[in-house]
Amino acid sequence: MSHQNDNDLRELLKQSIPRAANTGLRRDLWPQMLAKLGDHPATPIIVPWFDWLLAALAGAALIFFPGVIPALLYHF
Amino acid sequence: MQLLERFAAGDLDAFEALFRQHQKDVYAWIVRIVRDSSIAEDLTVETFWRIYRARARFNPAGNFHAWARRIATNAALDYLRANRRETGLPEDIPSPAQPDPAVQHESRQKIRQAFAQLPAKYRLVATLALIEDEPYEKIAEAAGISAALVKIRVFRAVRLLRKELTAMGLGSTRTK
Repeated sequence: MSHQNDNDLRELLKQSIPRAANTGLRRDLWPQMLAKLGDHPATPIIVPWFDWLLAALAGAALIFFPGVIPALLYHF
Repeated sequence: MQLLERFAAGDLDAFEALFRQHQKDVYAWIVRIVRDSSIAEDLTVETFWRIYRARARFNPAGNFHAWARRIATNAALDYLRANRRETGLPEDIPSPAQPDPAVQHESRQKIRQAFAQLPAKYRLVATLALIEDEPYEKIAEAAGISAALVKIRVFRAVRLLRKELTAMGLGSTRTK
């Protein structure tokens, strides 16, 4: 596998797969972009601070009062 | 507030302005990698979708064009990875000149087939470096790797191509 052979292969590759000449965009893609933005809103999910507080209180209650777990399970 | 700052802050009008400024460049880059105009259009939209989602991480003092090209390269690479066996080399992108008639049709077919079998990361650099004649530095910047690694990948792509062609019965490339 010589360097010359590699060069030959490169040349063959160029002949077999020519460069793309016409790479101009044929239409404006903004309408598609808008549709995609509408389908998938990019706004990140924001959890309010009081929800985090409630989750923390609930977690703490389960840790400090594990006796409520069977009662909760019974009601669910 | 400057356009890039407004974009980073989530201003949709600023994003639209950037989209309109850069969509042609992004498309032109992607179509040379995937070589299919309709897929390139979809990937252009996908690129800007990723750009929009990552806007908070963009530094307004940075180079938007280079950032967009890198995201476009990743989107095209993801496409090549996901469609490795299916993505042959469509010919809807006109080429400037007809191939040398000395290269037989069957040999060309085999070369195209072998090229389509290359792993995506090799195919990406080989397409840009060997077919599109892009400089290694430009490919490296777009792919987020070093120019030395681009050179290594091009070398490996050529070797893999030769191996595949040998397996296909196209032993010596000189005589075809």
